Amino acid sequence: MSGPAVKILVVDDEPPIRRLLRTGLATQDYAIAEAADAGQAQAHLKSEKTDLIVLDLGLPDRNGLDLLKDLRSGGIDVPVVVLSSRTDEAGIVQALELGADDYVTKPFSMNELIARIKVALRHRLQEQGEKPVFKVGELSVDLVRRVVKLGDNEVKLSPREYEILRTLVRHAGRVLTHQALMREVWGGIADVQNLRVHVRQLRQKIEPDPEQPRYILTETGVGYRLRAPE
Amino acid sequence: MAENRRNLDKRPSPEALLENAQREAQGRLKIFLGAAPGVGKTYEMLQSARAKRQEGVDIVVGLVETHGRKETQALLEGLEVIPRRRVDYKGATLEEMDLDAILRRHPEIVLVDELAHTNAPGSRHPKRFRDVEELLAAGIDVYTTVNIQHIESLNDVVAQITSVRVRETVPDSIIDRADDIEVIDITPDDLIQRLKEGKVYVPQTARRALDHYFSPGNLTALRELALRRTAQRVDEQLLSHMQAHAIPGPWPAGDRVMVCIDEGPGGAALVRYTRRMADRLRAPWTVFHVETTRSLRFSEEERNRISDTLRLAQQLGGETAIVPGHDAVEEIMRYAEANNVCHIVIGKSRKSRIAELLHGSVTHELMRRAGVISVHVVAPRDLDTTPSNKTAARPESRNADILPYAWSTAFVALALGCGMILDEILAVQSVALVFLTAVLASAITYGLWPALYTSMISMLTFNFFFLPPLYTFTIAEPENVVALFFFLVVAFIASNLTARVRSQAIVARQRAKTTEDLYLFSRKLAGIGTLDDVLWATAFQVASMLKMQVVILLVDGGELTVRTGYPPEDTLDDADVAAAKWAFENNRTAGRGSDTLPGAKRLFIPMRTGRGVVGVVGIDSAKEGPLLTPEQQRLFDALIDQAALAFDRVRLAADADRTKLALEADRLRSALLTSISHDLRTPLAAIIGAAGTLRDFGNVLSEVAKRDLVATVQEEADRLNRFIANLLDMTRIESGAIEPQGALHDVGEIVGSALQRASKVLAQHRLEVEIDGTLPMLKLDAVLFEQVLFNILDNAAKYAPANSTIRLTAWQSEGKVALQILDEGDGIPPEDVERIFDKFYRVRKGDRVRAGTGLGLPICRGFIEAMGGTVEAANRSDRSGAVITIKLPVPTDAPQLDEVA
Repeated sequence: MSGPAVKILVVDDEPPIRRLLRTGLATQDYAIAEAADAGQAQAHLKSEKTDLIVLDLGLPDRNGLDLLKDLRSGGIDVPVVVLSSRTDEAGIVQALELGADDYVTKPFSMNELIARIKVALRHRLQEQGEKPVFKVGELSVDLVRRVVKLGDNEVKLSPREYEILRTLVRHAGRVLTHQALMREVWGGIADVQNLRVHVRQLRQKIEPDPEQPRYILTETGVGYRLRAPE
Repeated sequence: MAENRRNLDKRPSPEALLENAQREAQGRLKIFLGAAPGVGKTYEMLQSARAKRQEGVDIVVGLVETHGRKETQALLEGLEVIPRRRVDYKGATLEEMDLDAILRRHPEIVLVDELAHTNAPGSRHPKRFRDVEELLAAGIDVYTTVNIQHIESLNDVVAQITSVRVRETVPDSIIDRADDIEVIDITPDDLIQRLKEGKVYVPQTARRALDHYFSPGNLTALRELALRRTAQRVDEQLLSHMQAHAIPGPWPAGDRVMVCIDEGPGGAALVRYTRRMADRLRAPWTVFHVETTRSLRFSEEERNRISDTLRLAQQLGGETAIVPGHDAVEEIMRYAEANNVCHIVIGKSRKSRIAELLHGSVTHELMRRAGVISVHVVAPRDLDTTPSNKTAARPESRNADILPYAWSTAFVALALGCGMILDEILAVQSVALVFLTAVLASAITYGLWPALYTSMISMLTFNFFFLPPLYTFTIAEPENVVALFFFLVVAFIASNLTARVRSQAIVARQRAKTTEDLYLFSRKLAGIGTLDDVLWATAFQVASMLKMQVVILLVDGGELTVRTGYPPEDTLDDADVAAAKWAFENNRTAGRGSDTLPGAKRLFIPMRTGRGVVGVVGIDSAKEGPLLTPEQQRLFDALIDQAALAFDRVRLAADADRTKLALEADRLRSALLTSISHDLRTPLAAIIGAAGTLRDFGNVLSEVAKRDLVATVQEEADRLNRFIANLLDMTRIESGAIEPQGALHDVGEIVGSALQRASKVLAQHRLEVEIDGTLPMLKLDAVLFEQVLFNILDNAAKYAPANSTIRLTAWQSEGKVALQILDEGDGIPPEDVERIFDKFYRVRKGDRVRAGTGLGLPICRGFIEAMGGTVEAANRSDRSGAVITIKLPVPTDAPQLDEVA
């Protein structure tokens, strides 16, 4: 991405974390702005153009989730990557359902965060056009002709399985909650266990080692993620 | 009581010291004693009260009867009066002293008039002096008034003097307890003058005896009585003081007075007489009763009389002794000689002269055999007892009366048969011996009267069948007459002796059985370990030995609740609950038949141990009358004492256990803190050190060195992260905050994500995964289960050498899904196979061990068990190494994976 630097707003109440994020993200030539609480964040967003928000869920004055809700309902559509603690899967799922794009748990690796930021940005930029053929590793998915190949071998999928895979592909690199997947594939909230069964079957077909999946990754307690192409 | 203080040493007598000490905690009692009504006791008491009030003492009026006298009324001005309590009784409203209000108010001194008053039914105590006792026990001082004729031991004397028997009495114990007695004394002439002026209150009912009562002679006698009684009390106080301070004094030698009572009326008067005599002599005294076979045939009324007399004796401060025996006089003498008795008091014989000749009289026999002991024969004038109706209750044994005689006749018939056979061989006199055998048999089996009957029948039979002329009742030869006569004599004597032995044997057997039962109970209790069992065993034993219904109450969380009962009983009605509470709080018996709350259904007795009152036992029986005879009372006390001991023992054992646990927990906790502190600081030290080095020496370090330090920071930070995560997990488990989100999951999926997470840890090892494809879905919490797998994998990587294989397999068997993780390390020491699941346990294997938290496996167990599964550790059988096995139940409604479309 050439052109003006991507502007990222970092919202976190802990100064050391903000410092760390500034240093780390600066390596990608992003322009970093900081906010220490929800109030400061909203003020900044009103006045400045922002391309992505890194949001800590544990903010002092207002819950990070509340801020997220307000932003989305206020029409602010920038991608959001949330930071949360390890044991708060419920919070993560809620954030994703409220419109966050992805998450990392503290303590996180900078690499992972940067990767997810990039994916989130890419998806936004590529909203309008989907590439017809998606490839990652040995897996290729032709979205137009609805053909899935592992290496050179074609894989036969049931309609449901294909739908699941297609949804994952459309959000490749980003996490999808169970609920989001079910909404896309079933059109509403069905039995989560149903979804799991289907994913398992899907894995049996497209993963070289279903027990140690390389493509469809499990985000325990949250949902699934299709590995992004490098 | 004077009788307990025989102490010839120069040391202060322990009883006296104890009494003094106990006195300190209680209130002081001051009695205003008068010889007759109208001497001015209430007036005097109020005067004292006002004086105290002037001094600033907190003194209130509990209850004062002014009877409308203006001067007395005037004295009440300025004193705080506690309002009386209204009691409705049979349509009328009575007013009584409000005991609870006074206890709440808790003044320094309270005035309570008329100590001998009987409270209205429904009051806590039937008598006012019991109310006063409760006030004293609470530490409140009491001023009270009482007339001399109300004192129990003087009741008879006053009745003799005035011909008016006063019904309301006060026990001597409360007079003895008084710290001060003030005699309100005026001359008889002055009193009569006051009576004429109408200044004396006399109840309507006594008006008839008025003139007789208030004669100068009577009043003088009463006055002397009052003065003498007070002098006696002062004397005792002096004695007490001298003994408490070890002042040597002229104590008389250890004499004892003994009074013998039987079932007749007049026992109470004898007891009171003895009490007065014992007081004069300052000697201890005992009430003695001999239980003979005659006792078995006593009517209900006679039994009650003996009980009442013995209880009166205890109230008046005497000891009691009941002894079984056949010959009353013999037992009396035996006891007297063994106990240093100098005086025996006995009632005059009630029998007629003829009866005396035939059966003898205990009194006369005693006088003959008393030796050097003085025998006092007392004929008390008991004015209103009616002669007992001996035809009233029939003893139980009369129903079977015919049976002994029938059997005796059978014996004789048998003897006759034998005699007939032996007649050929033996001389006729020897045949008589066969009949004698029958007589003895009858005596042994049935007692005196059937034996006498058998003697007569035998004689007649022997005469009829064996003495010529045969088959007639006449006797031809004179020598046979003599022989027959002597046969009868011998038969009678034998009957008598045998019957006596038999009755003694019966009584002794009964006693032995009781002792045996007590012994067995004691042994049973010794073996019991829990409190409830002790209570149950006690309730059962009391119920069966005393034939009563029993409940036992203990304090549970501040409330006195029913813990057990025989027959089992859960709730008590209000009156019983109140009586039980009172008995517990005041450490005195209460309830049916006692002096407190007698309206309750049961009698409640406090259970005392060395630590104070622990509970209350309530007993009840269907029959009327007093619940426990003195004999039964002793048995009951023995049982309850044993139970209390067992109770204490169980509690002490529990306390000891608790203390041991607490100590152990303390020890563990401090060991824990040390360990955790170390485990937290070590990685921190590495991180701080490395980062510091980078900062301070960054310019001189090589790239390799810098990368090295950074790697250290990274690794140690990871380690710290894992440790903290484990600590938090463990805390969650311990506080019960684990709520597994149980949904159906694919085991393989979670294995996959766990392996993903552990990829760094497992970098040095080879991994083999073998999961059965047909495994059903299990009810799991994905996050917790992933953590479990991660912990086990981390463990395996720690203890297995680099490049070795770690295997993970899962399969289904016996309705469960089993998952195993196997490593190729050194395995677990066999004795530690269970201990590795203990918190902070680490297998020490020298320096090769990468220090872990010691929490990984306990967390696994905590999580797995919260999900309804099990986790076990073992050593591999095929080679060295450890194997951890997780087993999870298969939910009944799990769909097969391939079925879902």
